[in-house]
Amino acid sequence: MANKIIQWIDRRFPLTSFVKHELTGYPTPRNLSYWWNFGFLAGIVLTLQVVTGIFLAMHYKPDASVAFDSIQHIMRDVNYGWLLRFMHSTGASAFFLVIYIHMARTLYYGSYRAPRELMWWTGQGLLLLLMATAFMGYLLPWGQMSFWGATVITNLFRATPFIGDQVVVWLRGDYAVGDDTLTRFFALHYLFPFLIIAGVVVHLVALHTVRSSNPSGIDLADKDNIPFHPYFTSKDFFGLGVFLIAYFTVVFFFPHSMIEAENNIPANPMVTPNHIVPEWYFLPFYAILRSVPNMVGGVAAMFLSVMIFAFMPFLDRSRIPGGARYRPVYRVLFFIFMLDILVLGYVGYYPPTSQTIAIGQVATFYYFGSFLLLPFISKAEDQWLFKKGLPPNIIALIESEAIEKRILPQRRRRGDIT
Amino acid sequence: MAESDALDDTGRREFLVKVTSVVGGAGAAAACLPFVASMNPSADLLAKANTEVDLSGIPEGGMHTVAWQGKPVFVLHRSEEQIKAMNLSNGGLDPEPDKQRVKQPEWLVVIGVCTHMGCVPNKEGPGWTCHCHGSQYDDSGRILRGPAPKNLEVPPYRFVAANKIIIGQA
Repeated sequence: MANKIIQWIDRRFPLTSFVKHELTGYPTPRNLSYWWNFGFLAGIVLTLQVVTGIFLAMHYKPDASVAFDSIQHIMRDVNYGWLLRFMHSTGASAFFLVIYIHMARTLYYGSYRAPRELMWWTGQGLLLLLMATAFMGYLLPWGQMSFWGATVITNLFRATPFIGDQVVVWLRGDYAVGDDTLTRFFALHYLFPFLIIAGVVVHLVALHTVRSSNPSGIDLADKDNIPFHPYFTSKDFFGLGVFLIAYFTVVFFFPHSMIEAENNIPANPMVTPNHIVPEWYFLPFYAILRSVPNMVGGVAAMFLSVMIFAFMPFLDRSRIPGGARYRPVYRVLFFIFMLDILVLGYVGYYPPTSQTIAIGQVATFYYFGSFLLLPFISKAEDQWLFKKGLPPNIIALIESEAIEKRILPQRRRRGDIT
Repeated sequence: MAESDALDDTGRREFLVKVTSVVGGAGAAAACLPFVASMNPSADLLAKANTEVDLSGIPEGGMHTVAWQGKPVFVLHRSEEQIKAMNLSNGGLDPEPDKQRVKQPEWLVVIGVCTHMGCVPNKEGPGWTCHCHGSQYDDSGRILRGPAPKNLEVPPYRFVAANKIIIGQA
């Protein structure tokens, strides 16, 4: 019976062939490590956020006079409302953690390089959408940190040339963040996840065109690919288990670690808390904003600090495949860059003193410097490595792949593989 | 015959395609206008754009914070010494004589929104300090130090009586 139904569908819609090509039989490099789990995990967190978010929206009221109370209603009165909210607030942090690891993996293994530039750029677009969604969602509880976070961030648009002040009023729908701001942020916070889902579809179509990268950096020809199912479904699900243990440990035991204490005070437009901090996932960028003494310059630097990742395919001029694995200089640069981001995060968290400002400025210089010097460093490293001679195993890999690529069209013509 | 001429004349077709595209594009842009405009402050918000402040309750040296258009406005009752001190300098990063910032020297009325990132500065000692990013203002609301580029803004206001101002009307 089931077979007949599937046959009926297959005559009208490519169900079986789609599942075979894109899921069960999808060729995947056999040498993927657990760092390649994080794309899948990002999809899972997105699903968690959409599901918990929709159920929260059934109880939340986006009106400045009752928004704060409706959160209390969810926490105290709604059945399992506390669980929905803690899953959602923890999920936001989990989402950024997973995405940042996903990006770090891409940077370390050079997965942004040809032919995967569009993967990197669609990912960059998804990151911006995620940041916008998280920022707007943070206003909804209508606590002090929500209110002043939204005030400070919408104020950044004052840096728009010529019409800055009008843009800020237009974004807020009021002269200050108010009821109109809250209602539109709720509407957009509900909309953006669906734009993210559409972006993920584009990201995946691109992925299935260029296929996954792998730790060697060489595009493995068919002999080193194995079907996605059962090998990577099982590997992904194991990673999911580990992720869920960590996630629910926070949800059940430390849910308030992801919620600023200040946000338990209702929004008050007349009093700014003494210490405004963004959520941890915005801290490095916030530190860059504060490190530039000029306001417009600070906003431009912060915007550039997010967007500069998009230039990576152009900045990296090395011919050696495999990202940091076979490139000692790039590897050192990568780890110092990670350290630099942690330093910026630390600086962003603490109130500005002359000491933290100085550290922040050095870290900001290093942040942009490592991008701007990368073309020269990667070129020099490339020449040095070729002169020194590459390790024999990577030469063997490159050669075997080249041979494989040569005979692949012949095998395809003979009909050995489809 | 005219018909075959018209078929050969691709210039006319290209012209029509261009004109249609321009008109269609203009129509689409015009259709966006109401949506964009709907996000600007609504009529009821604009109607509440004025705030009346009774000054009689503010002692010398004291400050009241009143809400105007959802933003805090500082109304500072300055003493003789404060006025004198403010007349000695033109401020710091954004020089402006104190006289141009007040209608009556004992009453300073400024919008309590830091010109850097929009936080509300706190009244600390002489002047204000913004805790978000450390900007410092003097008792004329002028920026002395810190990342803020401009002095605290003076809202449009006027004295309707000796002890009463309306903020929002110049």
